[in-house]
Amino acid sequence: MQSYWKANQQRLAPWLFLAPGIAMFALYVIFPIFQSMSISLYEWDGLGEKSYVGMGNYVELMDDEAFYTSLKNNVIWLVLYMLAIPAGLFVALFLNQTVRGIRIYKSLFFFPFVISQVVVGLVFSWFYDPSFGLLNVALGAIGLDPIAVLADERYVTYGIIAAGLWPQTAYCMILYLTGLNAVDPEQIEAARLDNAKGVKMLWYVILPQLRPATFIAVVVTVIGALRSFDLVSIMTDGGPWGSSRVLAFYMYEQAFSEYGFRMGYGAAIAVVLFLIMMVYITGFLWKMYQDEKGR
Amino acid sequence: MFPTPIEKTRATTRTLYNVALPVALILWLLPLIAVAVTSVRSGGDITAGNYWGWPTSFNLLENYTAIFENTPFGNYLWNSFRVTIPTVIGAVALSCMTGFALGVYKFRSNLLIFFMFVAGNFVPFQILMVPVRDLTLDMGVYNTATGLVLFHVAFQTGFCTLFMRNFIRALPFELIEAARVEGVSEIRIFWYVVIPLMKPAIAALSVLIFTFIWNDYFWATVLTQGAESQPITAGLYSLNGQWVAAWHLVSAGSIVAALPPVLMFFLMQRHFIAGLTLGAVK
Repeated sequence: MQSYWKANQQRLAPWLFLAPGIAMFALYVIFPIFQSMSISLYEWDGLGEKSYVGMGNYVELMDDEAFYTSLKNNVIWLVLYMLAIPAGLFVALFLNQTVRGIRIYKSLFFFPFVISQVVVGLVFSWFYDPSFGLLNVALGAIGLDPIAVLADERYVTYGIIAAGLWPQTAYCMILYLTGLNAVDPEQIEAARLDNAKGVKMLWYVILPQLRPATFIAVVVTVIGALRSFDLVSIMTDGGPWGSSRVLAFYMYEQAFSEYGFRMGYGAAIAVVLFLIMMVYITGFLWKMYQDEKGR
Repeated sequence: MFPTPIEKTRATTRTLYNVALPVALILWLLPLIAVAVTSVRSGGDITAGNYWGWPTSFNLLENYTAIFENTPFGNYLWNSFRVTIPTVIGAVALSCMTGFALGVYKFRSNLLIFFMFVAGNFVPFQILMVPVRDLTLDMGVYNTATGLVLFHVAFQTGFCTLFMRNFIRALPFELIEAARVEGVSEIRIFWYVVIPLMKPAIAALSVLIFTFIWNDYFWATVLTQGAESQPITAGLYSLNGQWVAAWHLVSAGSIVAALPPVLMFFLMQRHFIAGLTLGAVK
């Protein structure tokens, strides 16, 4: 036994080290993905017997007005959330200086990302408050009528996304600040000698060097947009009349809420969301695979 | 450096920048500043609609003690710690091992397992929700801190493994080789050679995971209910329903809930940022 271990330890050791991590991850992450896929083929209230309905839940989804609303909102989230990337770059460029106290400024600008989305949601619902909220105080000051952003179907999703952009911009800013730190100063000097400056310099010299930071920023922003649940739940609970639902929220609502426990239907929505996400995950893994091969 | 360092620009630009910096910061943090000011207002200010003017009185102590009286706020806070701290320890411990295994050894399924961790880390929570809730119920840990900790440890292992593995990859491999030549066993190499070198990574991950878990809201609502087990994020939401329009209390509660990760961030700033930008900057 002892000698077997001695002779083979380099082959056995990795599995020994991997075992607990893989076991936990498989139990809580990998298996559940497949379980959800299987549950999505059943009608199930979470307690009683499951009854097999095949593709029934997916067929029902195709005719579900609320599903399309959520899907549409998810697309809006995906598109508008991307604004966090240029916004983050802009803030990063603004802060990439060496004046006194700049480190404190950088930390304070990063603040919104550190606090919970629950707090961000509460702060913004209060900011939008139709009677005394700062937004409407400001609108009133320039002579406009107050807007109840979170109670108006037309604005509600945009209002929530604006709240989400605040921490997300802070996140992208930090990614770009560290990226800017690594930009090669010699190339900048060379470009300056060639009379490059301003936007041209940014586009042709700086941005190509910021590619790794941009990549991570896109990945985390896409995932953040598709995962958007906290803010919707806190700020509107999906309302008014379900108009601010996103897939993540709608799934939760179907699976367990006052509308009853429809685990199968909820799982079907989750599978759709998963498939959308899978497109990006595959892209990310592909990029990582290329990098690994390159080493 | 880009943009041009401000000290090399004209005096007007410099002055402008020095003015713009604090102004931008105040605008950026306006929502938070408003919350901080509101948290010391009196209830009278709130009912009178004095949200934005100067507070008529400063009720710092009253408001901050009021949130702990008559509500289970202290409970929620304690639960957050009971969930967050064991999760940090568990996830970091597991990922030190997985990261070591994937970073040091060459075997055929290495990349496959690594990608499994990475991909799993990005899946939408919703696809895990129903089965994980069932599993938690079956194990009899639904509505307990343990239930949340177990899930969080498992899920965070994905991200932590990605981080640790990349960190270990960047370590000088010769050290491990040298130890092997000396006949040191693999387990002792892990413990005496690699772990001491991983201290910065462990610090960075700990802060990051602390913040992630402290701020988790979704799983708190899925796996727990009620004040005896829910963490502060879920607690704040239900208290918000209870304190209808009592914005001074909601604000004070928000500030207290936000404090631990903010303190963590300021104490461990450098590590925190190192954690967020993993691999983004080589």
